[in-house]
Amino acid sequence: MKFKPKATFSPYLLWIVLFVIAPIGLIFYYSLLDLNGDFTLANYRNFFTPAYLTMTLTSFWYAFLITFFTLLIAYPTAYFLTKTKHKHLWLMLVIIPSWINLLLKTYAFIGIFGLYGPVNAMIEVFGFDPTQILFTDFSFVFVAVYIFIPFMIIPIFNALDKMNPSLIYAARDLGASAFTTFRRVIFPLTIEGVKSGIQVTFIPALSLFMITRLIAGNKVITLGTAIEQQFLVAQNWGMGSTIAVFLILIMFASMRLTRKKKRGGRA
Amino acid sequence: MANDTIIRFDNVTKSYNSNTTVLKGVSFELERGKFYTLLGPSGCGKTTILRIIAGFEAPTTGDVFINSKRVNNVPANERQVNTVFQDYALFPHLNVFENVAFGLRIKKVKEAEIKARVAEALKFVNLAGYENREITEMSGGQRQRVAIARAIVNDPEVILLDEPLSALDLKLRTEMQYELRELQQRLGKTFIFVTHDQEEALAMSDEIFVLNEGNIQQSGTPVDIYDEPINRFVADFIGESNIVDGVMLEDYKVQFAGKVFDCVDGGMKQNEKIEVVIRPEDLHLTTPAAGKITVRVDTQLFRGVHYELSTYDKDGNEWLVHSLKQAEVGAQVGLDFDPEAIHIMRLNETEEEFDARIEAYTNEV
Ligand SMILES: Nc1ncnc2c1ncn2[C@@H]1O[C@H](COP(=O)(O)OP(=O)(O)OP(=O)(O)O)[C@@H](O)[C@H]1O
Ligand SMILES: [Mg+2]
Repeated sequence: MKFKPKATFSPYLLWIVLFVIAPIGLIFYYSLLDLNGDFTLANYRNFFTPAYLTMTLTSFWYAFLITFFTLLIAYPTAYFLTKTKHKHLWLMLVIIPSWINLLLKTYAFIGIFGLYGPVNAMIEVFGFDPTQILFTDFSFVFVAVYIFIPFMIIPIFNALDKMNPSLIYAARDLGASAFTTFRRVIFPLTIEGVKSGIQVTFIPALSLFMITRLIAGNKVITLGTAIEQQFLVAQNWGMGSTIAVFLILIMFASMRLTRKKKRGGRA
Repeated sequence: MANDTIIRFDNVTKSYNSNTTVLKGVSFELERGKFYTLLGPSGCGKTTILRIIAGFEAPTTGDVFINSKRVNNVPANERQVNTVFQDYALFPHLNVFENVAFGLRIKKVKEAEIKARVAEALKFVNLAGYENREITEMSGGQRQRVAIARAIVNDPEVILLDEPLSALDLKLRTEMQYELRELQQRLGKTFIFVTHDQEEALAMSDEIFVLNEGNIQQSGTPVDIYDEPINRFVADFIGESNIVDGVMLEDYKVQFAGKVFDCVDGGMKQNEKIEVVIRPEDLHLTTPAAGKITVRVDTQLFRGVHYELSTYDKDGNEWLVHSLKQAEVGAQVGLDFDPEAIHIMRLNETEEEFDARIEAYTNEV
């Protein structure tokens, strides 16, 4: 029997060309056009002006904050989940909210954080005046972290679950304290899970725009919101595409940074 | 308590949940510098005993002493004990060198000393030159040897070995048995070795503990246990044996297989029902006229060193015979044996009663 690669792969190839390569090509093409449709490098020059560079930096900063807090909550949660009796059931319960539409959850938070929402009601019970929670940096990071947590938990849970428990006994047996065991054995062995978790959090966090809009009220300008504005408000497709090109470059860079490394050497 | 006692179990029980008791009151004392073996079938509690010594589990009731200090609540990382795990438990993210060096790094030993000690430990397990290999690049037997090196390099007072040789082929296994035994004698450390292979236990140990269902059935030197099994379980477990019902007519006279024989046991009631054990290698083939019992050869297997015959007497008792000579299947043959070959087991006799009786009637003589 002869294997015919062309015939077998053609549907996938077509799919990749239509939905991956062509859009990237188009983005790149548009990034080279000005408002009149003439070729120019002005968009790229613009990107390196302080306004856009600051935006890139804030975008990074928020993505970093979101990823950091997500990891801070997700790692211990995943760890304790693996220790529970019905761990897969618990994992399921943690994951289920991530199936609910993002927009719905975001609107739910508008209700919760709103001036007449339950959080402010609580604050009043304790005798304080209602405060503006919505449209703050805090609410933006909070909601984003909430949304990303399940995606961070899954790979970390899997990595912890896969780990042979006698490795922990072995480390303790060789004199390691609980903390040293974590630092030298558990964490290094689950680092791949952490990296996957960071990938699925950091990259989408860079291009968040709906939450920025609804929760942060456009106070927080990220690359995602900038692209949206260039396309829908300013109608400047060229500049929008240029920002998108940089976003794609940043994604590739962060994927390279978090890719698998060869094992071995010191812990 | 002798002052060279290193580990003492005082009526230790262990239950993981309310309805099963894994250890049912285990007591023993282990002397410094000896090679001990825990021998018993799968699930009898061998690993559980090691886990309690190592500090991964606390006893449910009872006390554990190491160096005369009660250690029930001392965590594993503060005990001078290292374990070779049943599944090796090597760190997959570290290479061979770093696996072996793990304990030394935690103790903050100097780099030069770490290098030297790891090299020495690897040399002992025949893995010199494998320092930079990844664990995934090692065979099952090599991994086991890395695990042994990782334990001995720390120079602990006690080394626990949970079936450390089970993944090796017969030749390497025998070699490692010699080497482990030699290492233990050279280091003068206490080794507690777990196996369910009775030949391994007999070959390596100073003292064997035979376990069944969470109880110590018998403890003693390999020769004692082999020659004087206390009950059917031990007799069966520690090598093949012929066990038949009999009656102790009086001291040194026993009746079984329809005849009365001289024996060397005593100290029992008159006409007490007992069980008789005769090892297959103590039975010699001869003519029916010259033999003490007459049997018919049923099957014959060639085992390399000897033939293993399954024979039946006229009452239907099976007699296994190890013979250097070949016999004819279906033939009537005689079996001869010495009075010393007859071992008497009382029904339900405990180890203490057994020891007391042996003491009493040997003093009489
Ligand atoms: N964590 C646990 N929870 C509940 N039961 C357990 C646990 N660990 C062991 N057991 C039970 O305790 C009994 C003794 O187990 P143990 O591991 O000590 O056996 P073992 O003698 O080492 O057997 P093997 O030769 O198969 O290794 C078994 O019946 C096992 O099912
Ligand atoms: Mg075991």
